[in-house]
Amino acid sequence: MELDASDVEKIAHLARLGINTEDIPAYARNLTDILAFVEQLNSVDTTGVEPLAHPLDATQRLRPDEVTETNNRENFQKVAPETESGLYLVPQVIE
Amino acid sequence: MYQKSLVELAADLQKGAYSSEELTRACLQRIHTHDERLNSFVTVTETQALTAAQAADAAIKAGTAGPLTGIPFAHKDIFCTNGVKTSCGSRMLDNFIAPYDATVTQKLLAAGAVMVGKTNMDEFAMGSSNETSFYGPVRNPWDETTVPGGSSGGSAAAVAARLVPVSTGTDTGGSIRQPAALCGVTGLKPTYGRVSRYGMIAFASSLDQGGPFARSAEDAAVLLGAMAGFDARDSTSVDRPVDDYVAQLNQPLQGLKIGLPKEYFGAGLDTAVGDAIAVAIEEFRKLGATVTEITLPNTHLSVPAYYVVAPAECSSNLSRFDGVRFGHRAANAQDLQDLYTRSRGEGFGSEVKRRILVGTYALSAGYYDAYYLKAQQVRHLIRDDFLQAFAQVDVIMGPTAPSVAFKLGEKADDPVSMYLSDIYTISVNLAGLPAISIPAGFSNGLPIGLQVIGNYFAEARLLNIGHRYQQVSDWHTRSPQGFE
Repeated sequence: MELDASDVEKIAHLARLGINTEDIPAYARNLTDILAFVEQLNSVDTTGVEPLAHPLDATQRLRPDEVTETNNRENFQKVAPETESGLYLVPQVIE
Repeated sequence: MYQKSLVELAADLQKGAYSSEELTRACLQRIHTHDERLNSFVTVTETQALTAAQAADAAIKAGTAGPLTGIPFAHKDIFCTNGVKTSCGSRMLDNFIAPYDATVTQKLLAAGAVMVGKTNMDEFAMGSSNETSFYGPVRNPWDETTVPGGSSGGSAAAVAARLVPVSTGTDTGGSIRQPAALCGVTGLKPTYGRVSRYGMIAFASSLDQGGPFARSAEDAAVLLGAMAGFDARDSTSVDRPVDDYVAQLNQPLQGLKIGLPKEYFGAGLDTAVGDAIAVAIEEFRKLGATVTEITLPNTHLSVPAYYVVAPAECSSNLSRFDGVRFGHRAANAQDLQDLYTRSRGEGFGSEVKRRILVGTYALSAGYYDAYYLKAQQVRHLIRDDFLQAFAQVDVIMGPTAPSVAFKLGEKADDPVSMYLSDIYTISVNLAGLPAISIPAGFSNGLPIGLQVIGNYFAEARLLNIGHRYQQVSDWHTRSPQGFE
């Protein structure tokens, strides 16, 4: 699978990841190499093999539906770039 | 005192040969003297360390001290530390003062250990050479023109240079074992779920696991004992009692069945490394072990499977870094999309971006089955290889890394070649098994690591095997010159 500049731009957009225009050819090359490398996976027949989601086959643990954490909003928002009245601020979304 | 082991230091503290404050000051002094060359620390926590050391001295006087009370340690900068910068080696978190402690942090501090600083690492633990760190590469104390390995390169280098007796690391594809091998120290990656991942910044959640670095298996046993255990705050933590790792160190190795996977000794393995491993295996025969050849036929697929699974999970985990709640935020964003895109574009370095792009592609519509699902199926085959091997043998041995430490910059522009330096370690993460790397020789003055892979929850046996070997070898006692 050969990826070109427009593929890289599309993927970067999906990931909301800013990349410099001059770096795009290098990313296209790296990604093409990496995908060519993982192509090896197709050399093995995996028909009927269950995908391994957890090495110990553990499933999600449930707990009683009780309050276990206290409100730490002030503490956690101390590290936020911009807050007001306990809310996170972002650029205006709705006119 | 810097040449002493954790166990010796703890004994000295107990009998009052010196105080934890004196020991901690000595450690801090060594960091100030030597770390400019190594760059193994991102942050040195002098004030907190001295306060903790004084508290430890009080506990020792009061007779409430444990095996880690007053012992200085370095903490990989991936573990959250309340009130202390937790950067994960990234510009994205360069301004992040963690508002809480990781479970591992909490446990070590509660055990009386003294954190002297946070160690440098590959950005978000993505790398095998420590060159992807925002804070610059760590240098290998055995040869400062070579890499220390990664991603826990700072933690490995700090122990190797005798700046600290022990440190913490995390291992997603080899990030404890490979730097342990390249720096000539002991490093253990526990069974998936043995050590809590709460507050340990996530890279690939189905693979990540924290563990200890030390100069010896004995010291690693003490540290792992304090790190391990069930944690309700980590949904993948395993609810199972922690073995007494120290108590089992001296078990005899008579009758131990060692398997050597033929796939670990083929093309790509440096001859000097292979020879050193063969000599080490001979030692185990002398200790009463039997050795048989085994096969792990899907080994060659482990790196390709990993480079689908890990980037896929990383692209999902790292979506939390959006410039809104914490971490780097781009200035003067035009709109929300611009805020996300530029904050992430400025905050992440190029290897992290590469992996986010690969992972996003592998998970995108139309490609999920071809990549992620396929890789998870192959992962199943890889685990089955190990289960079949463990039906015949007790442990699997081989090299930790295919070569000794390589030169800084040597592989920096070739991701696939860099990825192959984890060829012997990655399958262990895919299967969720525990494994230890112990020093087993030198080539051209650079350390060689022997990897011992165990069955699930066989950490005590691995430490026992490491300890027994270290009773009859002295590789682990050697330290690099220039750090006296």
